[in-house]
Amino acid sequence: MEKFYQLWKKFGKNFEQGGKLEKLSSFYDAFDTFLFTPSTTAKRYGAQIHDGSDSKRTMILVVMALVPALLFGMYNVGYQHLLATGQLAEGLTCALFWKAFAFGLLAVLPLIIVSYAVGLGIEFVVAQIKKEEVAEGFLVTGFIIPLIVPINTPLWMVGVATAFAVIFAKEVFGGTGYNVFNVALITRAFLFFAYPSHMTGDSVFVRTSGTWGWDGGQAVVDGFSGATPLGQLATSADASLLPMGFWDAMNGLYPGSVGETCVWAILLGAGLLICTGVASWKTMLSIVATAAVTAVLFNRFGPETAVANYPWYMQLLSGGFLFGTVFMATDPVTSARTECGKWIYGALIGFMVIVIRVLNPGYPEGMMLAILLGNAFAPLIDWCVVRANINKRMKREAAL
Amino acid sequence: MALSKKTKEAFLGPLSLNNPVLVQILGICSALAVTVQLKPALVMGISVTIIVALSNVVISLMRNTIPMRIRIIVQLVVVAALVTIVSEVLKAFAYDVAMQLSVYLGLIITNCILMGRLEAFAMTNNAFDSLLDGLGNGFGYAWILVVVAFVRELFGSGKLLGYQIIPDSWYVANGGFYENCGMMLMPAMALILVGCIIWAHRAITDGKENK
Repeated sequence: MEKFYQLWKKFGKNFEQGGKLEKLSSFYDAFDTFLFTPSTTAKRYGAQIHDGSDSKRTMILVVMALVPALLFGMYNVGYQHLLATGQLAEGLTCALFWKAFAFGLLAVLPLIIVSYAVGLGIEFVVAQIKKEEVAEGFLVTGFIIPLIVPINTPLWMVGVATAFAVIFAKEVFGGTGYNVFNVALITRAFLFFAYPSHMTGDSVFVRTSGTWGWDGGQAVVDGFSGATPLGQLATSADASLLPMGFWDAMNGLYPGSVGETCVWAILLGAGLLICTGVASWKTMLSIVATAAVTAVLFNRFGPETAVANYPWYMQLLSGGFLFGTVFMATDPVTSARTECGKWIYGALIGFMVIVIRVLNPGYPEGMMLAILLGNAFAPLIDWCVVRANINKRMKREAAL
Repeated sequence: MALSKKTKEAFLGPLSLNNPVLVQILGICSALAVTVQLKPALVMGISVTIIVALSNVVISLMRNTIPMRIRIIVQLVVVAALVTIVSEVLKAFAYDVAMQLSVYLGLIITNCILMGRLEAFAMTNNAFDSLLDGLGNGFGYAWILVVVAFVRELFGSGKLLGYQIIPDSWYVANGGFYENCGMMLMPAMALILVGCIIWAHRAITDGKENK
């Protein structure tokens, strides 16, 4: 890191007054503040704060961790489009690869722009009214929203839902850092309950029509359904249905919300978040472990339905489970804050997500509701943990 | 006849600065339940207004003869009688709306605004003031219901009083882009809307109700 920093500073000389790249200095400055500000670090000896990381740096790390999922999501949107319109019948060529990516880019970019424009717009207005600085809180939220909605969600709905979530889930509670619920998930929940026909079903996860008029009017191939694997499971009459294999789930080339499908991309992000200490590995591990145990129990003792029989490791790899575990359940504001509380909080989410998936056929995916429920319980969990600790120490004091 | 300041206050206060829903946070449950459409909300508002006004007058006339220890029971009997009359009238002349309001019509008996006004005002004031106080509180309650129901029906079903307002051709099903907001049909959204009205009201009156 030290070496990289030296290189970076040397590189930065180009941007100073009279340097070669003077005109681009604002770019350098932006990245410099994202990555290295505040640059004060601890002295080598004595008790000290180890790192001057602030919320801006934390936020930008999460955004970086989300980039693989976004890039893959874009590619998958295009890939599913080509697949559905029969353009991949001859196999994947280099030209088709780039076509898929370009198509996905065109389809996803408007979602990102709308989410940022609406969310940041509201943040600016509120900051102006409250005479505060604009908080960085929306950086991550605005980036996650496009990743957790189906690609065919109309843009104005995303705008309305984002506005609702930012105002009623965040600003009324006091703004960034005070929200009880994850703002991106509230956006999705609003969409889910307000416009259910655009959030679930077989026609929302794959774009068969064109994007901005490009590549539209293609005939859909015979036998195309557009259902997500979990959607197929929820409606299947065949209790032994297996919509996809292990490697399909890892590679993520199946219909789903934009950023949730590819396990590799999410694991990359998870690695970055855990290494930098931004997200808690305890929460993640607890969710995964509990969900696995719950799914195993359903495998063995559950009802004779396709979802209950879905192998436990596939439950973990399907749908929004991993995306939610890595990027949303670990949100430092809305998750439990005590170390012991994180285990309980994670267990609650892991248990609920499988229960919702298996026992409620109306909700093929339970991650959103499970995390929101976890958010609601997080303060209570923290309170209990803190009380328990106080009682323990009181007893110890009394014994002395 | 010039009205005294107190008499005016009895009628005008509940409309804004001392509004039963916005300031005293009373009668919220029925405000959430009957505001999916404008028509039941209007009927509910009018019914409550009539019942509060009349029961206020009746109790005010009887106030010196009611024994203190059983006053709640007496008040309840008066209110229950009026509610029964109103609900029978509605069933006779507006059956559909009465069915839509279902239990909430009968539950006007338990509406906090009623008991609140009887206890706080009618028991200690003359009949004319009580009538105005009842009307004021009734209208204060009714206009909140109407505003909430207006927003919920317009955005939740695209209609007002049952008439289609948002053009049919806008809907996705007919090749347009628009879709009704299902959240508006849920009680949760009514709560949020009432919250928004309270928010706006506080911002405008800026704590005047406490002065």
